[in-house]
Amino acid sequence: MSVLLHLEGLVAGWQQPATRPVELSLAAGEIVGLTGPNGVGKSTVLAAIAGRARVFSGRLTRPAGLRLALQTQDVPPVVGVPLSGRELLALTGASPIGLPPWLADRLDQRLDRLSGGQRHYLALWAVLDTPADLVLLDEPTNNLDRAGVAHLARHLRDLAAGGRGILVVSHDAGFVAAACDRVVTLEPCDVE
Amino acid sequence: MWNELFLLPFLTGLALAIVLPLLGAYLRLRDEWLAALSYAHIAAAGALLALVSSLPPAAGGIGTALAAGAGKRFFAARLSGGASYALLLLGSWSVAVLLAANHPLAERLGHALFDGQLYFADGATLALVAIGGAISLLALRALSRSLLLAHLYPDFFRIRGLRAWPIQLGFDVLAALCLALATMSLGVMGAFALVFIPPWLAFRRAASWRGGLWRALVIGLAAYLGAFGVALWLDQPFGPILALLLVGIGLIIA
Repeated sequence: MSVLLHLEGLVAGWQQPATRPVELSLAAGEIVGLTGPNGVGKSTVLAAIAGRARVFSGRLTRPAGLRLALQTQDVPPVVGVPLSGRELLALTGASPIGLPPWLADRLDQRLDRLSGGQRHYLALWAVLDTPADLVLLDEPTNNLDRAGVAHLARHLRDLAAGGRGILVVSHDAGFVAAACDRVVTLEPCDVE
Repeated sequence: MWNELFLLPFLTGLALAIVLPLLGAYLRLRDEWLAALSYAHIAAAGALLALVSSLPPAAGGIGTALAAGAGKRFFAARLSGGASYALLLLGSWSVAVLLAANHPLAERLGHALFDGQLYFADGATLALVAIGGAISLLALRALSRSLLLAHLYPDFFRIRGLRAWPIQLGFDVLAALCLALATMSLGVMGAFALVFIPPWLAFRRAASWRGGLWRALVIGLAAYLGAFGVALWLDQPFGPILALLLVGIGLIIA
């Protein structure tokens, strides 16, 4: 399997370093969990990989032309915007095939008229199913009930089987255990 | 009504009544509806400045609005939250009023620009609006997906290694061009009413983005047709009649 991402002693942050050196490697078809206590810099590492946060030291290597998809904890601002779920998926090039029935039936409703969990999962699905080689997920189980978490774990497995690499930041130990092939745990650092 | 005297103004306004509600939908999506009012004032001030400088007012209005649209991004970091639009609006309003107060010709044109004298539109105005309107519709269609994605997933372009600024700049210039063209015919407030009210109403009821665009278009066209007839019948300036009609429709539907 080809390596999609390699972090070597990576220290990331915003205005100043916010993580300990991180060692991580991720291959195509693999799901890696990134865990650790609150404030340890999990989301910051993800942001650095996506080019949002600063890399202070260490190396971040990924193949040229790698297509990234990123799900952040920010909810897409859809309140007051007449956008249906079907239109959202079409925008990112995601397919509705495979959506759970409780969402597939509501694709033609406005996103701001769905429940928080339904909206979150649809916005997540639009990222997951967009054409990409490496998918970065930041707390994807937020707002999801047990059925949603179970469906997500199964779908991540399907995507990985199709050759995608997936890096998941999550504090949900049960989900990480069910969905991930490996887990990298970040330790608190003194610089925060 | 259908002789040439009224046909040219009617077609000019009709083209704008198609473009402005659609443009307004994207301005509303980006929470930039104040931009419409701002560009309209800038166009008015630019037209008056051109007039007192012995230049064509239409060129002055369009040029000044385009410069503001293109230049806005250079101040975006320091003037966030719509502050740039508020400052541009206040500055251009002040310039326009001062010019009108100190120059007889500017006073006359200033009245026309703020009242919205659509019935003065001639063949040259119609040609300008038709070409500008067609370009704007094509550009909006091309930019639509990117504008929606940039709003929903702000990191989308960065993580794909794509540049977002050409899309933002393109939209800013497009908005400035449309509002400048509209201000010359519909007046400052008539243009703003067509940009603001139809999308505001459409966004409340529509079930989808496409449906929202259609609703905004239908509301804008209906209000325009009504206002054109009423203003002609009562022999009143077009801009205030259009704005009043849209406000009325807004209060009934909302």
